[in-house]
Amino acid sequence: MSRKRLQQLVEALGRSARHFNKGEVECLVRLFDALVAGPGARPAAVGFDRSTFRDTLHGAFGMTDDMILDRVFRTFDRDNDSCISVVEWVEGLSVFLRGTLEERIKYCFEVYDLNGDGYISREEMFQMLKNSLLKQPSEEDPDEGIKDLIDIVLKKMDYDHDGKLSFMDFEKAVRDEYLLLEAFGPCLPDIKSSMAFEQKTFRDVRKL
Amino acid sequence: MGAALARAAQWTAAGSGPGTLEITPLNESLLNQIIKFAEGFSTRHPQEAAFVFREPLEWKTQLNCSVFGEGYDVNGATVQSEAKGKDGQPLLLLTASTLRVQSFDQLCCLLQIAMEKKLKEAQACLEANRDPIVKILGPEYGTVEGEDMSMLHLLDKVKKDDDPETEVKMKIFLLLRQLDLQLLNSSLKHISQDVRLNPAAIDNEVNLLKNFSGKGEGTVLESLEYTSDYMFSNGCRAPPWRQVHGEICYLVIKPHDTDPLYITCSTAGVFLNGGQLKGKDDIDYERKSDVYKDIVTFLRERSPRFLENMAKQEYRFFKEPTHENNYQRMEIVESKVSGQSQDLYNITEKNVCEKMKSSAARRRSMDKKKLEMSMKWRSMGLAASHRPKYFSDKATKKDIEEEGRSSTVSLKTKKKASGISSGSVKIQPASRCKTSGRFEDTSESSSEPEEDEEQPVHHQERSTDLPSEYWGIQKLAKYLKGGNPTATVIALCLMRDFNLAQETCQLAIKDLGCLEVLINLLDTEEIKCQIGSLKILKEISQNILIRHAIADLGGLQIMVKILDSPDKDLKCLAAETIANVARFKLARRTVRQHGGIKRLVGLLEGISVGSTSPTPYQANDTEIARCGALALWSCSKSTKNKEAIRKAGGIPLLARWLKCSHASILTPVVGTLQECASEPSYRLAIRTEGMIENLVKNLSSEHEELQMHCASAIFKCAEDKETRDLVRQHGGLQPLSVLLGNSENKQLLAAVTGAIWKCAISGENVSKIIDRLDGVRLLWSLLKNPNPDVQASAAWAICPCIENAKDAGEMVRSFVGGLELIVNLLKSNNKEVLASVCAAITNIAKDEENLAVITDHGVVPLLSKLANTNNDKLRRHLAEAISHCCKWGSNRVTFGETKAVAPLVRYLKSNDPSVHRATAQALYELSEDPNNCITMHENGVVKLLLAMVGSTDETLQEAAAGCIANIRRLALATEKAKYG
Repeated sequence: MSRKRLQQLVEALGRSARHFNKGEVECLVRLFDALVAGPGARPAAVGFDRSTFRDTLHGAFGMTDDMILDRVFRTFDRDNDSCISVVEWVEGLSVFLRGTLEERIKYCFEVYDLNGDGYISREEMFQMLKNSLLKQPSEEDPDEGIKDLIDIVLKKMDYDHDGKLSFMDFEKAVRDEYLLLEAFGPCLPDIKSSMAFEQKTFRDVRKL
Repeated sequence: MGAALARAAQWTAAGSGPGTLEITPLNESLLNQIIKFAEGFSTRHPQEAAFVFREPLEWKTQLNCSVFGEGYDVNGATVQSEAKGKDGQPLLLLTASTLRVQSFDQLCCLLQIAMEKKLKEAQACLEANRDPIVKILGPEYGTVEGEDMSMLHLLDKVKKDDDPETEVKMKIFLLLRQLDLQLLNSSLKHISQDVRLNPAAIDNEVNLLKNFSGKGEGTVLESLEYTSDYMFSNGCRAPPWRQVHGEICYLVIKPHDTDPLYITCSTAGVFLNGGQLKGKDDIDYERKSDVYKDIVTFLRERSPRFLENMAKQEYRFFKEPTHENNYQRMEIVESKVSGQSQDLYNITEKNVCEKMKSSAARRRSMDKKKLEMSMKWRSMGLAASHRPKYFSDKATKKDIEEEGRSSTVSLKTKKKASGISSGSVKIQPASRCKTSGRFEDTSESSSEPEEDEEQPVHHQERSTDLPSEYWGIQKLAKYLKGGNPTATVIALCLMRDFNLAQETCQLAIKDLGCLEVLINLLDTEEIKCQIGSLKILKEISQNILIRHAIADLGGLQIMVKILDSPDKDLKCLAAETIANVARFKLARRTVRQHGGIKRLVGLLEGISVGSTSPTPYQANDTEIARCGALALWSCSKSTKNKEAIRKAGGIPLLARWLKCSHASILTPVVGTLQECASEPSYRLAIRTEGMIENLVKNLSSEHEELQMHCASAIFKCAEDKETRDLVRQHGGLQPLSVLLGNSENKQLLAAVTGAIWKCAISGENVSKIIDRLDGVRLLWSLLKNPNPDVQASAAWAICPCIENAKDAGEMVRSFVGGLELIVNLLKSNNKEVLASVCAAITNIAKDEENLAVITDHGVVPLLSKLANTNNDKLRRHLAEAISHCCKWGSNRVTFGETKAVAPLVRYLKSNDPSVHRATAQALYELSEDPNNCITMHENGVVKLLLAMVGSTDETLQEAAAGCIANIRRLALATEKAKYG
């Protein structure tokens, strides 16, 4: 990438990804270039494909749940072209690493709203929670425990009693109890790995 | 390690020369630490490990040359390392059985080769090289007792030449020194664990057992007696030539069910001796049994009846009559004020009764028993949590239990890669260390007054109708135990929707086995699970049973570890929960022993203090500091923790936060300070770090609790004159006297009167109060307050005011009805009130006119009525009051008539010298009346007084002699009348 283009990009992103300063943006752009131009990748590639992205998040933040990672990819991928551009990468990370509570709630809701219809339905919850309990051989219906759990969750979070979680419901519940932000599976980095990532990536901010 | 080896290790032959290391636990642990150090050396410090020793370490090895493999040339009985020094010498050389090693690398390899013979080799090496540092670095680095300048020389050397070797040497030297310190520290720990008996402990135990001995059915023994009445000045009764062997005294014990037992009490413990020698006065000193740690343990082994009846005693104490309870309570109040280490106000009426029971029981029963009680409780607690007794259906019962176990385990292993093999194993080590810890209890308990110790109270079996909450929590428990982190977090959030302040819910959580899971969750890497768990633990640890269970399950250790977390919420929650759990001694000690104090003090190190409108960052710091201070406050009730806080640098941090203006943090900070102000070091620091000013400032806070802690901190600190002056200079007397007049809050009043009492000891303070602030009048009016704590503090505070006032007599008379009021307080049944009122009367009676007034109010018979007491504090002040009241009219005669004289004579047998002094003065005054002389003489006063004449206290000497002279004169006069 030419020096000039880099500078333009940094300039532009410095405004849109507001949680990073210019130096940090530049670091992230470089990291993007390094990852995209990794071994075997085509030099002309415009961005991450699904699997590179998944591997990156897995490596950096220890995230393992494939379904959630898939959703995270879709959330980063604003223009739905199944490829994450450098702009999407930096803007996505801005929320992912340093988002405000509001941004995080929005982000998590988007991740959990599997079909993108604006609600987290009972079925979507089931998809996300189905592996969350140890199977009891004694139970006739192995899914019964999950269904029970969803019932209690809805009882707590479904404020408007329509049998599904709207963004309003979700936001209210999280503002009430922050732990519910990632209620249906981890989709944000934990503090230790995000600190490690930032430290590693922004190591040479000061040199710039 | 030179110093540790020379001082701490136990050598067989004393002095220098080739000694051998005894095989003792201490030595073994020293050796193991040295081995660990040497083994890790080459990986941790590769550069230093390659350094070639000045001289090789040489010793006789038991290793065979066949064990040496790769990296060594084996040639017959000679082994050489392939690694060579600069001069081509092998760094390890084995010829015949002599082994020479010249670097840490080789030492390290050798230890690996030696395998299970490691310990032997290390021992042999150290025995042959008493100061290894000399061999390694050269003689100039040898261990010197006393001032050690080697470090400085070395530093100079490093500065002067830039030989890289000197630097390496420096590093090695520092590392070895570090090891040395470590060794000394750990050996100190070992040594301090040895509990040794002393005469006082035995005497206590004997007296205690005597209380329960006699002919009756329910007694534990028929009798127990010392074989000798004579006691040496060191408290021993054994003849000096046996004291040399550590023996303290001998006892004859007659149990109900066996022959008399002759036992020896020595510093090492209690054992059976050979008994009285026939026809002689002497004892067969030979040991005939095992050594037991105290008399009770010994008797438990020997007498089944003792064991049986001892158990019954315990039951009886709980049913002591009410007046006994009252008495106990007064003593507690007493100890509080005199020791001043406890805050006055913790006893609320509600729990007094409860505390009475436990303190009465504890007073009488042995530490041993306490141990057993708590063990019993713990096993009950644990059993209960694993046994869901509420399930009606047997099949589900089994299922759930199994599920509980297995899923916790799986959760655990899932979450932690370095998995712990099983949930139950996890709990064991913690409880084991706890039991060993409990034995130390005896050594620490002396420093802590009993009443702050809470005891878990057994709850009655709850009724079989279970509340609806129970079923809700049970359902969540299932997800908690069998869920992955996501489901676990959901379950934790849902559980918080129950009213966790309610006991039903708290106990349901415990009974359903959730406590174990919650604590296991703390030990995972899942921050959200940790936070969720702590949010619940913080609430339910309000319950005393839960607190004890958390401590027993090893929760404190984990929470202390969490204090290092980078997540601020997590840190805060852990500190707040620690604050709740550490309300009993054992928990406080656990926190300290696991490095909790240092970390908690660390939480106070926020950057920003002092501004009134905090930025979000500062708010964060304040919150962390607040939680840290809360936990320190709880912990600071233990003396050793006060010391630990100081050592961790807590005082300047507390001083810094004291300057801020948020009541939420000021309250725990001042709470901690007032708790710690029982220690002179803190009082000095509070004065010199300028904290008095802030304490005074916060007296005018609008938060009563904060005002109270400030007053109470001043109360404790104003022991010192400089502090009293500072309180005045910072204008503290004004708010104090304002509080006196306004407050309805009894605890606050008690603290404020306490503070005034101490401040009034300085004359200038009194004149200030009297002239401007009308404080004495307010104090006097507080005597009408129904709360005994307030009454007592007020009466104490009045004393120095009278003493230091100019026209004291006139001032006292100016309070209308005041004298009658104070005389009537002599009818109180609170010992502290009585003692304080006697002290006040002593001061009032110094003015003749006032003495006449109180005599009219009947002070004499009221004082006489109090004479039969065992409380030394009351005795002292009562005796002083009596001696001052004698000086009016026929009061001396009245005291005689109201039977005050005989009990006073008995006071001379007290152990308290201040009682002797006051009593002798009173007796001297009373002896002016002939009838009193007769009573005294009949009660054997002369012998007792004769002993006092030899005292070094001149006042006592004089009074005793005066009294004897009066008695003697009377006797002479009588004789003269008869025969003359």
